[in-house]
Amino acid sequence: MPRLIYIAPAAIFVVMAALLGWGLTSDPSEVPSALTGKPLPAFDLPALDGAAQSLAASDVAPAGVTVINVFASWCVPCRAEHAILTEVARWEGVTLYGIAYKNTPEDARAWLDELGDPYERIGADLDGRIGIELGVYGVPETFFVSADGNIRYKHIGPIMEHHVEERIRPLVEALTQ
Amino acid sequence: MIRLLFTFVFLSLAMPAFAFENDAPLSDPELEARAVALAKELRCLVCQNQSIMESDADLAKDLRLVVREQVAAGASDDDVREYVVARYGDFVLLRPPFKPKTWVLWLGPLVIAGIGVWGLVRSLRRRAAPAAPAGLSDDERARVQRLLDDDPR
Repeated sequence: MPRLIYIAPAAIFVVMAALLGWGLTSDPSEVPSALTGKPLPAFDLPALDGAAQSLAASDVAPAGVTVINVFASWCVPCRAEHAILTEVARWEGVTLYGIAYKNTPEDARAWLDELGDPYERIGADLDGRIGIELGVYGVPETFFVSADGNIRYKHIGPIMEHHVEERIRPLVEALTQ
Repeated sequence: MIRLLFTFVFLSLAMPAFAFENDAPLSDPELEARAVALAKELRCLVCQNQSIMESDADLAKDLRLVVREQVAAGASDDDVREYVVARYGDFVLLRPPFKPKTWVLWLGPLVIAGIGVWGLVRSLRRRAAPAAPAGLSDDERARVQRLLDDDPR
């Protein structure tokens, strides 16, 4: 029994190293959404412009997965994820909506004209108030909403290729079955 | 040289810009004081170690506006906190709440300090009462006697 005391420092070191290693490698800027598993908050946004359709919480598709992407033309990572998002929008069972966050309709439309417009509906959140309702704290953020209107997952930051394989595809497959 | 000195003197005199001149305070000083106190308790998620009162981020400005609006509309402090926590999670509270999920956070240091005190008391007690040297047993006494008797000198 007294021998145990000699391995205590080594044991404490291992535990501390594991905890600190975990703390150092997790990203504190990613705050998991408080809304995951909860219904999408009610909102009603005007259409971005004459070419888009308005977006309300009640527009969640009755089947499959509704993907709501919060974007802005001034957001550089949004540009990075745009092609991937366009691809995801083509999947079966996926309905892609956009929220233009603190973006003038002219700027947002010019950006979409340049990169392509994959959104079925685009709501304009000019003052960012609906962003706060949805717990958005930066763009891009992307909500995955199931047909029952519950938020299943919120992706923070740009969706990259590896996120699609690791997280997005399994989630969408599970929700569209 | 003198120019360099002047540069340093003037740089050290520079004051930080007042960040929130665009924020309109509430006209009622009592409500304004409550809104400011609440804003100081809420974490800005963009620059995470500042409160939304201290931060100049756009989101912090928007949230200050929300807090002021709700306070002005008659919401209680708890209502405002609940509103923000429902959307951004407990993480926005700079003072984390005491609940099962945060027990380790709040009680962990006390437990560790307790273990330390226990160890300290134990080792101090052991030091204060050193074990008395055990006397020789009868066998040992006899052996010593034999050795002394055998002494060839």
